[in-house]
Amino acid sequence: MSQKDTLGQELSRRGISRRALLKFAAAAATSLALPPSFAPAIAEELSKARRQSLIWLSFQDCTGCLEALTRSEAPGIERLIFDFVSLDYQETLMAAAGTAAEDVLKAVAQENRGNYLLAVDGSVPVADNGVYSMIGGRSPMAILSELAEGAAAVLAIGTCAAYGGIPKAAPNPTGAAGIGALVGGKPVVNIPGCPPIPEVLTGVLVNFLTFGKLPDLDAQGRPLAYFGTTIHDQCYRRPYYDQGKFAKSFDDAGARQGWCLFELGCKGPTTHNACASLKWNGGTSFPIQSGHGCLGCSEPDFWDKGSFYTSLSGGEGPPWGAVAGAAAGGVAIGGAAAFAARRARASVERQLAQEWKAQEDEA
Amino acid sequence: MTLLDFARGPALYAATLIMVCGLVWRLTGVALLPFRRDLAASGPNAKGRVSGALWQVVSRSFPRRSFLGRTMVTVTIGYAMHIGLAVILLGGAPHILLVTQATGLDWPALPKGIVAIASGVTLVSLLLVILRRLTHPVLRLLSNVDDYLSILLTLIPVLTGILLAEETLLPYETLLTWHILSVEALMIWLPFGKLAHVVFVFAGRAALGARQARKGALQ
Ligand code: SF4
Ligand code: SF4
Repeated sequence: MSQKDTLGQELSRRGISRRALLKFAAAAATSLALPPSFAPAIAEELSKARRQSLIWLSFQDCTGCLEALTRSEAPGIERLIFDFVSLDYQETLMAAAGTAAEDVLKAVAQENRGNYLLAVDGSVPVADNGVYSMIGGRSPMAILSELAEGAAAVLAIGTCAAYGGIPKAAPNPTGAAGIGALVGGKPVVNIPGCPPIPEVLTGVLVNFLTFGKLPDLDAQGRPLAYFGTTIHDQCYRRPYYDQGKFAKSFDDAGARQGWCLFELGCKGPTTHNACASLKWNGGTSFPIQSGHGCLGCSEPDFWDKGSFYTSLSGGEGPPWGAVAGAAAGGVAIGGAAAFAARRARASVERQLAQEWKAQEDEA
Repeated sequence: MTLLDFARGPALYAATLIMVCGLVWRLTGVALLPFRRDLAASGPNAKGRVSGALWQVVSRSFPRRSFLGRTMVTVTIGYAMHIGLAVILLGGAPHILLVTQATGLDWPALPKGIVAIASGVTLVSLLLVILRRLTHPVLRLLSNVDDYLSILLTLIPVLTGILLAEETLLPYETLLTWHILSVEALMIWLPFGKLAHVVFVFAGRAALGARQARKGALQ
């Protein structure tokens, strides 16, 4: 596959019909929240699209995002779009290493300046000049600024890249930060999730290949089409929530009947993601379907929002010692107030007694 | 820390501590006040203090027949609001959950629909209460900031709670945040204004009932 090939040529080489492409385009239009009438135009643009150069940087990450994306079992065109993108630099996947890899990076960035997409997974350590994650003797921040400069757009892949994620969890020793907070002047799209849903990345790529720009974003910089609703809004257990039928433990009768997991700590009501509609592993299932509440992984600071098993309406309860202390404080203040009142009353009574006595004496 | 984390964490703790401290403070303060010695001889109809106290607690909960014509509306609205609040607080699943997670106590919840009706009734009653206060010529002159603040601080949690339960108008997270924060405002004000009647109402009636019983003034 050469850089000049179009996606259309690649598809026909792999024996994928135009009809299949149209079907995919229709699905893509739906998932991007575009009207179905856009499908032929998307198919047309996609088949004309040339290979898109993509540079992928990994900073403070666990490689889970890359695992999820490259091992997604999505068959057919989704997979192909990902393959079709020219992944020019990715430390985990590329054969080259060391200075050879550095040279590739330099050459690719030079050659595609202004046109390449920059994907990042992992957060950037900004404390102590980035010593926590040096690559080839350079700090992540230096590498990021240089490559973001020449990129057409930046994709922050996974919650760590989008919002700092787990490396940013309190007390955040490395000063981890998300890409959006560090890159200025470039369009940045956040594709959070721990890991992110592969189809969302494909959707963003389709959008870019078709329209030459990033999709519409929500206030947290996420594609509206996928993050516009909460897990709770689309959850198939929602009728049970509305009826007030909640599983109380992971293996009680309610849990076995598929009741709502709210009381077991499900964060679906406050989590924006597409798990409940797109699902995972080619639409097989998603966490709530397998019996566990949503952890809220696509939201900023999900790691620091209390226990995964404490319900959203609940808390761990007040510190009872402190409550007892407050009550004791109340007794002390109330007692002191009453004591002051008694003294005041006593002094008034003394005075009255004196006055009466004086009057009596006069009489 | 988001506003929601603040509301569910430090703000909830602080509000709880202030409420507990304030209520205990006011109760002890009043209980230890110097009582004037009761110098009156007990009357011919004198009854036991305890039974007098209990009698007064119960009987004052019903309107007096002679005033019924004038007080009917107030009493009805008052009852509707208080019963509604009790249904919401004791019957709403999320409220029970909160208590369960804090204390381990658990009891069955009412269906969401019933709690929704109770919330609607409470909200309308509170609005009527404000309206009456603003329009009644005498009541208006008698009302002060405490009255309005106490009603408003009760009304806002009910309103945000309804929106939250129905998940309309604003995102769930925003509504949850404001619901919790508004309840905390209510908790903080509770011991210091007229809302303190939650603890004083029966204590006051009982004290009065005991005295009246000794004097034979209870009927
Ligand atoms: S399981 Fe979670 S997301 Fe689903 S209805 Fe219950 S609270 Fe909402
Ligand atoms: S269900 Fe919730 S925690 Fe699980 S992957 Fe989806 S957004 Fe993340």
